[in-house]
Amino acid sequence: MKKYRFDFLIIVAFSIFTSISYFSYYEPGILIFRENFWVFFKEMMIILPAMFIVIGLLDVWVPKERIQKHIGEASGVKGMLWVMLLAFMQAGPLYAAFPMAYLLWKKGSSATNIFIYLGAFTTAKIPMLAFEMGFLGVKFSLLRILISIPVFIIIGLVMGRYFTKNNFVMHDS
Amino acid sequence: MIAVVFIALALVLISFLVDRKKTLQAIRKGMLQFFRILPTLLSVIMIISIVLYFVSEEVIIRYLGEGAGWEAYFSAAILGSVSLIPGFIAFPLAGILVKSGVAYTVIAVFITTLLMVGLLTIPIEAKYFGLKTSLLRNALSFLGAVVIGIVMVIIYTFT
Repeated sequence: MKKYRFDFLIIVAFSIFTSISYFSYYEPGILIFRENFWVFFKEMMIILPAMFIVIGLLDVWVPKERIQKHIGEASGVKGMLWVMLLAFMQAGPLYAAFPMAYLLWKKGSSATNIFIYLGAFTTAKIPMLAFEMGFLGVKFSLLRILISIPVFIIIGLVMGRYFTKNNFVMHDS
Repeated sequence: MIAVVFIALALVLISFLVDRKKTLQAIRKGMLQFFRILPTLLSVIMIISIVLYFVSEEVIIRYLGEGAGWEAYFSAAILGSVSLIPGFIAFPLAGILVKSGVAYTVIAVFITTLLMVGLLTIPIEAKYFGLKTSLLRNALSFLGAVVIGIVMVIIYTFT
């Protein structure tokens, strides 16, 4: 319970703040709850349990050897392409990518590929692409993504080396 | 959003037909992980809700709209880093900004930092990677986003 101390402090404070706001018709407090918190909360309670169940299924069905072979230490450029493809096909907020990254790590992915996965996840998602192009134009989207790919690969290589050199490990949240 | 739920349900059903025991184990494993991260997630979205109230669409339009000097780029990088706006809100907002005369290059800096840097989600990231790694990854992503922004500026200026 100790590791959730700050979280519970914030949850309690926010709950009190929201209750008082509703009782005293304090508009900013009501807006924060209704327009912001509730939207994120709904998304979180619908998407995340589904995502975690999919991750649980992958965990029990996909053998470690297979993941390790494709995106492990010796996977090279092919491994990078695999994690990029996986990330591009996904949807959802960044915090949904961490549990997936943890699963890949547990199944033997190299640290570099974990960070390239996160980089690709934050750069582009195919379900979101049509949306971006619609509002900002094809030129803008394609340029942004093409320039981003080498940048997040470099960040992935640097982070991977840093992570491995320090013998860091990922934690199950 | 609903598609994710349907895909999950379909996978559970298929898995259940093949192996009941394994499926239940998978669901238990998944839900356990979900509940373990839930308190941190809740506190983070509470903080985000409050920050978003102050960094509203009006604020973003005001700060990014002011001229096209380096201040606009600076604001774009800062606002992009602290905000956590889902894509289905961010892209229409960026569309509005473009229409109201904000340079594409400023939008590029805003969108790249928004997507790549997540200052507010560092508490969640740290649960998986540790605080040091999370801070470093976000710092490098910030630099990366600025580099991408600069390259976009150069391309847009000379084409």
